[in-house]
Amino acid sequence: MPAGVRRAPVGAHYGLRAWLIQRISALVLLAFLLLVAVSLLLAGHADYDAWAGVFAPLPMKLVTALAFLALVYHAWIGVRDVLMDYIKPTGLRLALHSATVLWLLYCLVWSVHILWSV
Amino acid sequence: MIDPNSPRPVIRNIGIGDLRHYRLPVPGVVSILHRISGLLMFLFLPLLIWLFDLSLSSADSYYRLVAFTHGWLARLLLLVLAWSLLHHLCAGVRFLLLDLHLGTDRAAARRSSWIVFAASVPLTLLFALFLFGGA
Repeated sequence: MPAGVRRAPVGAHYGLRAWLIQRISALVLLAFLLLVAVSLLLAGHADYDAWAGVFAPLPMKLVTALAFLALVYHAWIGVRDVLMDYIKPTGLRLALHSATVLWLLYCLVWSVHILWSV
Repeated sequence: MIDPNSPRPVIRNIGIGDLRHYRLPVPGVVSILHRISGLLMFLFLPLLIWLFDLSLSSADSYYRLVAFTHGWLARLLLLVLAWSLLHHLCAGVRFLLLDLHLGTDRAAARRSSWIVFAASVPLTLLFALFLFGGA
């Protein structure tokens, strides 16, 4: 690298990664919705036992937890983009970004807790 | 030959004040509704997780959830959130296809925007029928 040339501390990789995660998590969520829909159709009837039965097996709990993780990541990137577009003061944006991350992590732990109480 | 003294083109985002004069093309409507629907689902995430909790905790709480969906405000909220999910999903699939460079010319992009509405609106109406039909 020639003397005096410096790489910017932020760049395309950072944005590309978020872009890619946004799309991968979208596909995970789409697949999960289809999985739940098919499971309910296979259950054949709509009541508590059928619904709870869908989430009772451990593999389904794990898959659902992964879907929640995808949801939280997807929501984080989306909300991050929206905040970057409309909130210009750095301090306020940082505060809102931090609050969003903490809130989404709270929601993630909350939903996993619900899932394992079935 | 370009005159070096000619004014450079000014490129800027439109401001709130311009919105009255600016007619958003259909793909733009799909796009801004994708954003609004995503944000709505984010804002109502605690409600959705609470409902998920009710639905799974016990048979008793499941029936409390069913009772909750009999309220008109709850039904309105659920309908808005169902629309949000359906629009976000349909528009999202369209964006994924655009990412694969499918349908990027203007006519195709316009057509696929209408297809998003043609899918998400009837599906939302179907959900409304389910929601309000079971009075």
